[in-house]
Amino acid sequence: MKLSPQEAGKVATLARLRLPEETLERFAAQIGDILTYMETLNACDTSGVEPLYGPVEHGTPLRMDVAVKTCTRQEILANAPESDGRFFIVPKIVSG
Amino acid sequence: MSALTSLDLESLRGLLAAGECSATQAVSECLARIEATEPTLAALLSVQAEAALESAKTLDQAGPDPEKPLWGVPVVIKDALCTKGVATTCASKILENFVPFYDATAVSRLKKAGAVILGKANMDEFAMGSSTENSAFAPTRNPWDVNRVPGGSSGGSAATVAAGQCFGALGTDTGGSIRLPAAFCGVTGIKPTYGRVSRYGLVAYGSSLDQIGPMARTARDCATMLQVIAGHDPKDSTSAPRFVPDFTAEVEARKDLKGLRIGLPEEYWGEGITDEVRARCQEAVDAAKSLGATIVPVTLPHTKFAIATYYIVAMAEASSNLARFDGVRYGYRHPEATELKDLYELSRSHGFGEEVQRRILLGTYVLSAGYYDAYYRKAAQVRRMIRQDFLDAFTQCDVLCGPTSPFVAFGLGEKTADPLQMYLADIFTISLNLSGLPGLSMPVGLGKDTGMPVGLQLFGRAWEEGTILGAAHVLSGALPPLGEPGGVN
Repeated sequence: MKLSPQEAGKVATLARLRLPEETLERFAAQIGDILTYMETLNACDTSGVEPLYGPVEHGTPLRMDVAVKTCTRQEILANAPESDGRFFIVPKIVSG
Repeated sequence: MSALTSLDLESLRGLLAAGECSATQAVSECLARIEATEPTLAALLSVQAEAALESAKTLDQAGPDPEKPLWGVPVVIKDALCTKGVATTCASKILENFVPFYDATAVSRLKKAGAVILGKANMDEFAMGSSTENSAFAPTRNPWDVNRVPGGSSGGSAATVAAGQCFGALGTDTGGSIRLPAAFCGVTGIKPTYGRVSRYGLVAYGSSLDQIGPMARTARDCATMLQVIAGHDPKDSTSAPRFVPDFTAEVEARKDLKGLRIGLPEEYWGEGITDEVRARCQEAVDAAKSLGATIVPVTLPHTKFAIATYYIVAMAEASSNLARFDGVRYGYRHPEATELKDLYELSRSHGFGEEVQRRILLGTYVLSAGYYDAYYRKAAQVRRMIRQDFLDAFTQCDVLCGPTSPFVAFGLGEKTADPLQMYLADIFTISLNLSGLPGLSMPVGLGKDTGMPVGLQLFGRAWEEGTILGAAHVLSGALPPLGEPGGVN
């Protein structure tokens, strides 16, 4: 399975990563090798098999729809790269 | 090591309970050992010496408490688990200054049981790796030979226990990350059944695979720690609403292996295992026979698909879990980000290490439109078949047994050039995470060629941690002791 650096670049954008050209080339080659290895799964006949996405045996537990306060605003903002004490401050989203 | 730090956790508990050793003394000796060995080992990312001594002092003032099974016992926590007020970095630059305001459930349970936390253990960044060489800060070295890796991703947790810096540590295991470093460092580590230990407060890598587990010098020590951290937690919806048996009682009750059927999967004893690993593991199986166990040949036919299955599932889940690191609410934000696209892309690309970015890319690819069915859904189907292999095997035996790794700890830098080579080291450990069943690694001796520890795995049925811990406890008694690691002094 060959992955071109351009395709790797498209996936990088999806993943919100920005990689220099040499890195994209190197990753494209490595990822291509890994994807080729993953194609060994094609030799496994899975017709009629239900996918297993997780090994949990119990059903999803529900709780009462009651609002519960588990932390303070200060605690949540404590690790913010930028904050005014009320909100997280981010660079502008809409230009102009 | 001092006389005290070379003891196991159970022996220390005895001294503490009898008042022959104070919590302060135990903590002080560990801190001294840390100071002496850390410049070489780099097992820890941070040490909370003052807080640890404060906790010890408070415990000593109140006196030993029989209701607290880990009263006064110094332990270390892998840096993937949130510790309130203490930096939790996952060995990544993107979380270098992140300080959680809460403890992971497993951590708070250890504290309630009287344990004293000494520091946070080094690891592969975001638990992605098998050697701890992917730490953004420094590689940890193996206490048995400092030119070799301790294994990963819980390499710091394994090394800190092996070197006598603490009496037990928490690690996490997504594809073998407790068991492999336990094997490489000559300690015992257990990955519980998925859902046995709450994942609340564990920074997620592969949510359907991750489990927290103890690493210590003996199976009995692991049982004591597991008893404390196991059990339902309403804050983790995957945490099983199941009764927790008395693991330490099960361990103590087992005197031999009579009546135990041990299955040897042919796929775990075939080609590729080095002679020295095979020799020690075979001797352990022979010892098990002489203790009364019956050996049963079994097969896990889908083993050859396990690595591909695991890496598709794990990378897909990781790409989703790591999407939250975006420079907005916490973690690294790139100073040159002037608009949203920059904020995300620059923060992430500069904050994440290379292996992490590679796995995010792979995960994003296999989940993307047009590829989801071919890769992710297909892998999930094979996952069910891998799990079924185990369930079928467990109709013929009670535990499964095989080497933890085809080889002993390799040299630093030996496998870093080719990521696929590193992934293949996980061949014997990953199927267990896909199945959700419990498994441990225990040391069975030193390899005759390298002198490095060799680990043997025991897998059990779901919820039967007591069976495998008990079997490991009995078996270790019949094997010659490992001795102390000679790499650091």
